[in-house]
Amino acid sequence: MTVTETRRTSRDKPGVAARWAQQLPPVLGVVAATALWWAITVVFEVESFILPSPVEVAQTMVEESAYLWDNTLVTLAETLLGFLMAIAIGVPLALIVTASRMLERTVYPLLLMLNAVPKVAVAPLLVVWMGFGQFPKVFLVFLVCFFPIVISTAAGLSSTPADLVELGRSLKTNWWQTFRMIRMPAAIPQLFVGLKLAITLAVIGAVIAEFVGATEGLGYAIVASGASADTALAFAAMILLGVMSVVLFYLLAAVERFFVPWADRS
Amino acid sequence: MIGIRNVSQIYRTRAGDVEALREVSLEVADGEFVAIVGRSGCGKSSLLRLVAGLQEATSGEITVAGTTIRGPRRDIGFMFQRPALLPWRSVIDNVLLPTEVFKQDRRDARTRAHELLDLVGLNGFEKRLPHELSGGMQQRVSLCRALIQQPRVLLMDEPFSALDALTRADLTVELQRLQMKHASTVLFVTHSVDEAVLLADRVVVLSPRPGRLRQIVGIDIARPRSLGRDGHSAELGVLRAQLHDLLMTPEEVAR
Repeated sequence: MTVTETRRTSRDKPGVAARWAQQLPPVLGVVAATALWWAITVVFEVESFILPSPVEVAQTMVEESAYLWDNTLVTLAETLLGFLMAIAIGVPLALIVTASRMLERTVYPLLLMLNAVPKVAVAPLLVVWMGFGQFPKVFLVFLVCFFPIVISTAAGLSSTPADLVELGRSLKTNWWQTFRMIRMPAAIPQLFVGLKLAITLAVIGAVIAEFVGATEGLGYAIVASGASADTALAFAAMILLGVMSVVLFYLLAAVERFFVPWADRS
Repeated sequence: MIGIRNVSQIYRTRAGDVEALREVSLEVADGEFVAIVGRSGCGKSSLLRLVAGLQEATSGEITVAGTTIRGPRRDIGFMFQRPALLPWRSVIDNVLLPTEVFKQDRRDARTRAHELLDLVGLNGFEKRLPHELSGGMQQRVSLCRALIQQPRVLLMDEPFSALDALTRADLTVELQRLQMKHASTVLFVTHSVDEAVLLADRVVVLSPRPGRLRQIVGIDIARPRSLGRDGHSAELGVLRAQLHDLLMTPEEVAR
């Protein structure tokens, strides 16, 4: 169409001012929420051990920065290892599952059952089986991430656009060529849907595992601060978890934009 | 070059059998451009897909270059109604796709790809991704991809039907120019009488439900043709009117 000859391409980037303006809404949201929180603690004179004010939490963050940072790194490592393990096992499994209808029908109910088990219930069992080290935490993260990754990858692989399938047929591509040149790249946007869902769950998985039988990590820090009624410290840890989750999500979104610039536009 | 002999196609559906084509026979000579027109449901796309080997005829035989069609073949190029470009590949890599599938010499293929893109006015767009192009440009890339395998026969299934009227006219002119230069055998399905008279040596009119060969109209007019003031408009006008009537009047009434 002649009109779309002038369609905006990724090359015409918006100006610097415009890009900063785009960052404004999320920043405003955070500022407003913090202000509201602060106002509640002041107006209702809430006790610090029930709901600490943002100022107290910020002070705790500074005072306990070394402790919090160490534990953040522990949780981050567990999260990333479990997430990568889920990719390493989930993606090949999705390939196998989509290779045959029989396998799909055999494996899917099992996957669904596995996913239906509450991960909170599994956490203590993992400690029994695997001890108090880092591995049960990594494994729980893996369990949480595994399902969305398998399902989305399988969905992507089995929903190749019909016109591209037909193109492959008309060129007489063999199975491997069809897979490598058409089906796999066509599935990547769907894979990222699963990855983005999984990464947000991954942090939660790590914290659940740390709640039972851990000696370090932000989840452990929250439990430990409860024992000494240090609510400000618990809040600091929770905020760090939230920030970690958001940062990981947007990193993944950036990776997606870099490698799959064509997604959502075709 | 193409031989279609007594071809019938019946689709078995849950609601019963649908007869798409009945006893269609047609010979297309080497280098000839044949357009197939007909109303929707006349089986023209089915016929093309049969020649492409994308589906199998219920009865009858189809040969290309002397050998019977038993499946898709490398010497037959197919251009779809939609561009069907791989969205993750750049323009040039989309054009090169068939040569990669057929494991042809890379450097040679690249040279040809650049020539083809040049020919359709897409030089400078090689590195773009399909979503950055307009519909007309995408269909041009699709044409280059069909031509790079240097097919003996090019099959085109309403290739311009998803485009706006002016872009369609542009592409029709370009296809005519390409055809004059390369003179490959083309079977071109369309529901546009204008495209048919501009491009074809012969126009095959199919009647619908079931699709049967109704009439073959020879377009014996020198190229380049145009629907504008300069391009034999009188003769083209007569043929357009004739085809129009063939398409608009049911066979029973015309008889």
